[in-house]
Amino acid sequence: MSVELLATLAKYFAWVIALLGLLAPVMVWVERRGMALIQDRRGPNRVGPFGLIQPLADVLKFIFKEEIVPTAADRTIYLLGPILALVPALTTFVVIPMAPDLVLKSGLRIPMVVVDGDVGVLLFLSLSSLGVYSLVCSGYGSNNKYSQLGAIRASAQLISYELALGMAILAVLLPVGSFKLADVVAYQQQHGWNVLLQLPGFLVFLVASFAETNRLPFDLPEAESELVSGYNTEYGSMKWALFYSAEYVNMASLGALMSTLYFGGWSLPGVTLPNSWLGVLAGGAILGAKVLFWMAFFVWVRFTFPRFRYDQLMRLGWKVLLPIALLTLLGVAILVVAKVY
Amino acid sequence: MEVAIFVLFAALSVGFAIVVVAHPHPVKSTMSMVVVLFCLAVLFVLLGAPFVAALQVLVYTGAILVLFLFVLMLLNIGRERAAHATQPAQRWVALIGAAFFAGFLGMLLWRTHGPDTLDALTPDYLSIHRLSWELFTTWLLPFELVGLLLLVAVVAAYAMARAPQPGEMTPPQAGALPAAAAAEGAEGGGDAA
Amino acid sequence: MTVPIAWYMVLAAVLFSIGTVGALTRRNGITIFLSIELMLNAVNLLILSYARLLGDQAGQVIVFFVLAVAAAEAAIGLALFIAVYRLRRTIDVNRLNLLRW
Repeated sequence: MSVELLATLAKYFAWVIALLGLLAPVMVWVERRGMALIQDRRGPNRVGPFGLIQPLADVLKFIFKEEIVPTAADRTIYLLGPILALVPALTTFVVIPMAPDLVLKSGLRIPMVVVDGDVGVLLFLSLSSLGVYSLVCSGYGSNNKYSQLGAIRASAQLISYELALGMAILAVLLPVGSFKLADVVAYQQQHGWNVLLQLPGFLVFLVASFAETNRLPFDLPEAESELVSGYNTEYGSMKWALFYSAEYVNMASLGALMSTLYFGGWSLPGVTLPNSWLGVLAGGAILGAKVLFWMAFFVWVRFTFPRFRYDQLMRLGWKVLLPIALLTLLGVAILVVAKVY
Repeated sequence: MEVAIFVLFAALSVGFAIVVVAHPHPVKSTMSMVVVLFCLAVLFVLLGAPFVAALQVLVYTGAILVLFLFVLMLLNIGRERAAHATQPAQRWVALIGAAFFAGFLGMLLWRTHGPDTLDALTPDYLSIHRLSWELFTTWLLPFELVGLLLLVAVVAAYAMARAPQPGEMTPPQAGALPAAAAAEGAEGGGDAA
Repeated sequence: MTVPIAWYMVLAAVLFSIGTVGALTRRNGITIFLSIELMLNAVNLLILSYARLLGDQAGQVIVFFVLAVAAAEAAIGLALFIAVYRLRRTIDVNRLNLLRW
């Protein structure tokens, strides 16, 4: 076992524990209390002080609830749905740098990314595009009209907004000249946060990330008041818990990507972090704080805006976001070639 | 280590490819195809083409196969009907023919390239910089043509798949010959597209 | 030990023949299409093996184009299937036989 392999495994498990083990339960509480705060009611406050043990109660309920597979459902595809939700969600964050490089006492330099390849963001985009399969499989496998409708809408929505997302990311990568997110962070350390220079691209990315994670105002695939529950109608207990945690992990990954591309990632303007364990902890904490902010923002938006209708959603994705993203890309390309940027 | 990864993903890809070809339900075939393409993407990485591997997952698995599934759900295609299916004799002939074909092709490639040794993977070969340089200088014309092709494909797919506008396509008449009515309908659709 | 390049090529040959069997024996139009995509991918693998063997990145560029053309072909093919289904209510290729004798 070489040091690099051990380090890669350690970094990956740090991410998984942070996102799946810590963030997802906390988000359950934050979402329900935040929802209650915005809707002017109390929210869970029976289980523990301020309802803080509510996530634990939820997990216990999920574990002990009966697992049902509908008789007429296609069993393999039905069971594949939640698995295909969580597995891609747990692979997308491997290209996001957590902290400055760690230089060990032996002089070995360990980059704080799980996958330090040249492909970088392209890997993120490709792995997150696999998330469509969970919606399609669960919708089709449930043998249920509402689930099927939800699945069709969800697949169309996700692949439409992936385009705008990709274009916005490209616009950020053009001046940096590399797909690696570590280079993007280094660029922002020199030139200031990208959000100031690429505001339209950032807004496109923000809206598209809501659509990519199926969060309101784009949650038509799982709309509770319209489609019974869309693609996860027929799922209960642990399978539904898998969907739920996959959604939170996806939100966190996209929030981390947004922070890295537009807000400097693990770096703060004017602060140089040391290449030691202290730097790793500090960088991780800074990135964590930014991710938490975006998670709270997602919750905030969820209970503030009404839902988009399906045709409004598709019109927004193709006729508004994609042209804006393309124009941003064109503008940035012109500026880069003119050596102004 | 590399051998283990190759053997694992090669075996997975062959296994699931057989499922793609043999399973009567098209949705399960498509999901098996997803696995095959993913295993192939891993093999592409082993061959020193990480960029192509990422594109394979992004474009092929993430878009094209989703389109397949979308159409399957839209048209509600179920299992292939067992009646009038291929006769067992036909299937055996196909299998033996395929085995011969695979054997012949494989033997040819093995004899030609078996003793070849590979140079080590250089960072130059793996770099996206050189790949994109080649793409945008030597292969610029094909690149632009492929872009044009994709535009044409999008417009054509939209024109063919949309609901027929009034006066565009006549449904097959009940009394007329099926060949004539269908030909008239197809012609009407072709004229409008 | 690195994997000999011939292994990749034989794998490509095997996948290609599996795809051929599928394209020739299936009745469902979309599964035939899927088998054709399998053949395309086998060819991609072969092209990349040759690119690795010869150390020339042009192979990766060619695979990039094959990928794009396959995407265009898939879009048009599936649109065709939708149009045919709308007219004939089937995509069984044994029943779509207007051009036969």
